[in-house]
Amino acid sequence: MKIKNILITFVSAIALLFSTSVVSFAKVVGDKIILGAAISLTGKYSSNGVHTQNGYNMAVDRINSMGGVKVGGKTYKFDIIYYDDESNPKRAAQLAERLISQDKVEFMLGPYSSGLTKAIAPVTEKYGVPMVEANGASRSLFTKGYKYLFAVLAPANLYLDVAIRTAVELNGGKGVRIAQAFEQDAFSQDVRLGILDAAKETGSEIIIDDKLPKELNDMAATLVKVKQMKPDVLVVSGHTKGALTAIRQISEMKVDVPMLAMTHCDAAKLSKQHGKNSQYALCASQWHKTLTYKDDFFKDGMTYAADFEKEFGYDPPYQSAESSAALLVFKDAFERANTFDQKKVRDALAATNMQTFYGNIKFAPGGQNVDKPMVLFQVMCDDAGKCENKVVAPLKWASAELIHPVPKWSER
Amino acid sequence: MITVQACLDGLLLGILFALIAYGMALQWGVMNIINIAQGDLVILGGYIAYFMYLYGIHPAWGVIVSPIIMYFVGIAIYKLVINKVVDRDLFISILATFGISILFMQLMNFAFGADVVLANSGYGTTMLFDNNVVLPNSKIFSAFISIVFAICLVVYMKRSKLGRAIRATAQNARAAKILGVDTEKVYAATFGINAALCGVAGALISITFTIHPYMGLPYTIRSFMIVIVAGLGNLPGVAMSGMGLGIFEEFADYILGTEFRIGSVFLLLVLILVYRRFKLSRKREYLK
Repeated sequence: MKIKNILITFVSAIALLFSTSVVSFAKVVGDKIILGAAISLTGKYSSNGVHTQNGYNMAVDRINSMGGVKVGGKTYKFDIIYYDDESNPKRAAQLAERLISQDKVEFMLGPYSSGLTKAIAPVTEKYGVPMVEANGASRSLFTKGYKYLFAVLAPANLYLDVAIRTAVELNGGKGVRIAQAFEQDAFSQDVRLGILDAAKETGSEIIIDDKLPKELNDMAATLVKVKQMKPDVLVVSGHTKGALTAIRQISEMKVDVPMLAMTHCDAAKLSKQHGKNSQYALCASQWHKTLTYKDDFFKDGMTYAADFEKEFGYDPPYQSAESSAALLVFKDAFERANTFDQKKVRDALAATNMQTFYGNIKFAPGGQNVDKPMVLFQVMCDDAGKCENKVVAPLKWASAELIHPVPKWSER
Repeated sequence: MITVQACLDGLLLGILFALIAYGMALQWGVMNIINIAQGDLVILGGYIAYFMYLYGIHPAWGVIVSPIIMYFVGIAIYKLVINKVVDRDLFISILATFGISILFMQLMNFAFGADVVLANSGYGTTMLFDNNVVLPNSKIFSAFISIVFAICLVVYMKRSKLGRAIRATAQNARAAKILGVDTEKVYAATFGINAALCGVAGALISITFTIHPYMGLPYTIRSFMIVIVAGLGNLPGVAMSGMGLGIFEEFADYILGTEFRIGSVFLLLVLILVYRRFKLSRKREYLK
């Protein structure tokens, strides 16, 4: 009896060992490099989740059709296992665990949003799985000392930094008076910290500092204050509902402010939903198609936008562009590491220094991309009411001149 | 001037809240059901107006179309779920409507997407007191429509046969049944009317604010509060406490800062409940 038990244990142990050793090749099956990703396909982030997935898929197809990834003299193709995280951080962490321990994925792509990336990062870190993410900008992701997390985008605190600096420059180098309203979530509060830093450095003064609730749909009280205090710059960040609510109420209450800077304008389809009322709004963006960065796969922003539109039927938001860039980074790192050893790939990722159509990519020790500035675009409309986003700052990339100060409502 | 501005902003907002609370008070009083899905019905009503706007119809027509559609949605919900929980205790109905709320959120997210949307009325702005007070016409329009619907409902309740039946059922369902009122029909109609009111409010919200599949809960909570403060079956009280709440919120926002807006509302709720409890304990009445 005892011998039988021991035998069974022994056999099953061998079977287990065998099975794990077989599956541990699963990261690269045949000629495929399998990446894992938990993406918000349902729930409140589903629209941006789909933009992210489209960006990933576009890059996978492009890299595979243009020769794939060459490692150790052999050519491999990318493949992605997707799971739907339902826009829920807990679910995302579970799925990361599942991708790594059951599906044996050894390299991960990031989810959508800072919150979900925060939930997944501890898991990938624990297993030493390199993750290149493209949609988590919160500063707190890069201060935890994560070794396996790499973000192709600029951190959240830089989003509107350039707006304040531009305003100060236009004011002859003197400090400006800032009114700000930020939603109380990790991302928007990081944007706020960035503004505080910029204000300190430029000697600017913050005269209104409101925090907007999560279920924000009315900011009339803040705008009444703005009307009374007459700041030089009004900064608003509260995801898409913040951008939409701000424009609606600013236009209805005829709030005159020389500069209005926001985040999430293109995700909110601001110019489409509000038309001419959104004119002159300044928006922070990670990328714009008119930027002149180049690479071998997508050529440049304009070509990327055209190809993307052909495949998915809409103009790519920056969320898609940065997601595509994440795959380019992985390909580059695999080829430089010339192996699938996780540690070596991680080191290769850390040493990344390249240009993609999306921008230059070079990681700081914290994992954030330090080589790509944010751009500001301004919504500009023609007389027929057709609106377009034009890059106005930094000057190096500008395709149009910044209109400043914003004309008064009574003169429009 | 700031005081006038905040008062008017709050008043217009409060009237809209009162309309939603009115529907809740009605079906709470008649059927003894606390409808957690109230806010989600509002949002669904908003989407109806939004889709009209997308197809080139002015969203203001939503205040006519949306309640008609929502009335039937309400009847359907009643027939499918509510009629099974209407005689049970409050806890069961809260659970059931909570389930409906989650279902509605997910269905709306699935059908309409997770984007925040709005309908533009193009109504412009009214300036008062030498341009020192600005009132968006869309807010004035919503307050006006809310008042119209509220008055219509009060008159309907007083004059029509169904209205009388509803009031009788609210007072004593058993007695009403004995006297020949088809309470089943009354319940269905009440729930339908509640959903229709939510439809009107939703259409107005899509014109004045923004809508999003997950934005329903704050409306449920606010209307719940208004009803608690006013008391059941006290329709003028609902209107008053709605407006009072609107003004209170606006002032709290202005004085304490936006981050304390919702918090101060809850603080007020606690204070009022404590005060009521205090009053009740002095009355020494038997409470069921």
